Parts: sequence; structure tokens; C-alpha cells
Amino acid sequence: MSREVLLFLSVFLASSVEGVEAVTIVLAAGLTTGWRSALSGVAVALLVLAGIVAGLGPALTALPIDVLRLVVGGLLLVFGLQWLRKAILRSSGFKELHDEEAIFEHELEAARAAGSASRQAGWAINPYGFTVSFKGVLLEGLEVAFIAVTFGSNQHDVPLAAIAAVTAVIVVVAAGVAVRAPLSRVPENTLKYAVGVMLTSFGMFWGAEGAGASWPGGDASIPALIAFTLLLSWGLVFGLRRRRARLSAVGARTVAAGAR
Amino acid sequence: MTRLRAFFGFLYDFVVGDDSLIAVAVVVALGVTAAVASGDVAAWWIVPVVVAAALGASLLRATSPAKRER
Repeated sequence: MSREVLLFLSVFLASSVEGVEAVTIVLAAGLTTGWRSALSGVAVALLVLAGIVAGLGPALTALPIDVLRLVVGGLLLVFGLQWLRKAILRSSGFKELHDEEAIFEHELEAARAAGSASRQAGWAINPYGFTVSFKGVLLEGLEVAFIAVTFGSNQHDVPLAAIAAVTAVIVVVAAGVAVRAPLSRVPENTLKYAVGVMLTSFGMFWGAEGAGASWPGGDASIPALIAFTLLLSWGLVFGLRRRRARLSAVGARTVAAGAR
Repeated sequence: MTRLRAFFGFLYDFVVGDDSLIAVAVVVALGVTAAVASGDVAAWWIVPVVVAAALGASLLRATSPAKRER
């Protein structure tokens, strides 16, 4: 296999892995907080990324990527745990499930009443959706740029490495667009649960990596982290359902004793 | 001044959320990971362990009969 083919394949595969991570985050944010917020985050991240790449060029590798991973990972982990905590409370019956139809009716009524103001409200950006997408795309975009610059410089062929990286991003984004429609039919509460699991898992991965830890197997440990978070959350839902049943039984006994 | 206070209030709610225990636990977990990793010792397991403990503790607090979240 020629040196060019090897370079292309290496950059393509490494960039695909980073691209899948970014697309997963954007899909999760878009499906739960709305596409306007998620895509605005993507657009601003791409602008910032373009500015960084154009401004630094090959000096890009001097950026403290571990600091960025630590900050982005830490914030994603805090956001993810907040989502997961609420999702577990809903699944165990301690917090009411969102009545999606009632919320839609309420918003429709408010929009009718507000008239032209509703158009402005329609442009409102959900800060979570925007921030999560922005950070995911900026971090992963920088990693893709790093891969292209480092692999390309080592093989003295940065243009070919850049083409491989862009091709990988196009393929992964196309796959993301293809799975968007089926994913949008998943109930809102299930999606929010899944988003909590994904953000928590990616947050643990990036945060620990940014703090200097090395994951066994590198990027391959992400599916294991997702499985860990899922099992942990299911265990907590199971435990809280039992706790709720116990508390209800105690409450019923107290009411019965008071009635006597 | 009121706007500044409102902005910081929003920022706190945005980052810290319903339970500050979670945010504190994440900062502690990453700090301990950095300290342990700097000594060339495997530190990847620290964040998952702290996350599991913090999430469990936060949920227990939220569902205690004295402080029921609704």
C-alpha cells in the first residue's frame, strides 16, 4: 500500500472517530433543545475554528488541547449529570414526566396571544443546546485539525491529510443527517435520558483525559463508559422505585392510623 | 447592578443547576485525577467512581422525605 493511501486512511479513520463524537453531541442537543440552538452552536464553533486554523496554521499543535479537554469535559460532565439526575427522578416516579401535548398546547396558546412577539420568541436560543453543540464541535474540530496537521507534517503532505479529514467529516455528517429523522420519533423523555447518558460518558472521557489520565484502549473506552453510565442509571432507577414504594406504604399506614 | 446580579444568577443556574453537590464532585474528581495522574499512576477510574457516588448521593438527597423534589 502506498504511503499516500496509508496517510489518507489513517487521517480518515482518526478524523471519523472525532467526527462521530461531535455529531453525537449535536444530534443529542438538536433533538432535545431544538435545531436552531444546536445549529447556531455549530455555526459559531465552525467560525471560531476557522479563525484559529487560519490564524495559527501549523502552529496549531502548540495550543494546550489538554486544558481545553479538561474544561469542555468538566462542563459536559456537570451538564450531563444534571440531565441524568432529572431523567432518573422522572423514570423512578419521583418527578413528573413532561406532558408533551400539554406543553405544546400551552406554547401554541402563548404564541397566539403574543402575536408578533411570538416570532421573536421563536428565535430564542436554548443556552444548553447552543453551548453543548458549540463546545463539542470546537473541541472535536480542533482535534481533527490536529490530526491533519500532525499526520500531514510527518508525511510531508498536509494537503492530502486535510482532504482525508474533510472527507471523513462529510461522511460522518451525512450519516448523522440520515439517522436524524428516525431519532426524532423517539419520545422526548427517552431522548433526554439518552442525552444525559451520552453527555455524562463523553464528559468523563474528555475530563479525565484533560486532567492527564490515559483511558485503557483510548477512544475505544467510550462505549464502555456509555455502558457503565447506563447500568449505573438503571441501578439507581431500580433502587429509587423501591424507595418510592416503601415511602408510599409508610404514608398509607400513617393516613390509615390517623383515620382510626 | 440588578442586571449584573441577574446575569450571575443565570450563570450559576446554568452551570451548577439544581444540586451544587454534582458540580463540586466533578471539580474534586478532576482535581484528584490530575494529582494522581501527575505521579504516573493509573487515574482513569477516579472520575467514574466519584460520578457514581455523587449521582447516588444527590438522588438520595432529592428523594429524602424531608426534601422531596417536585
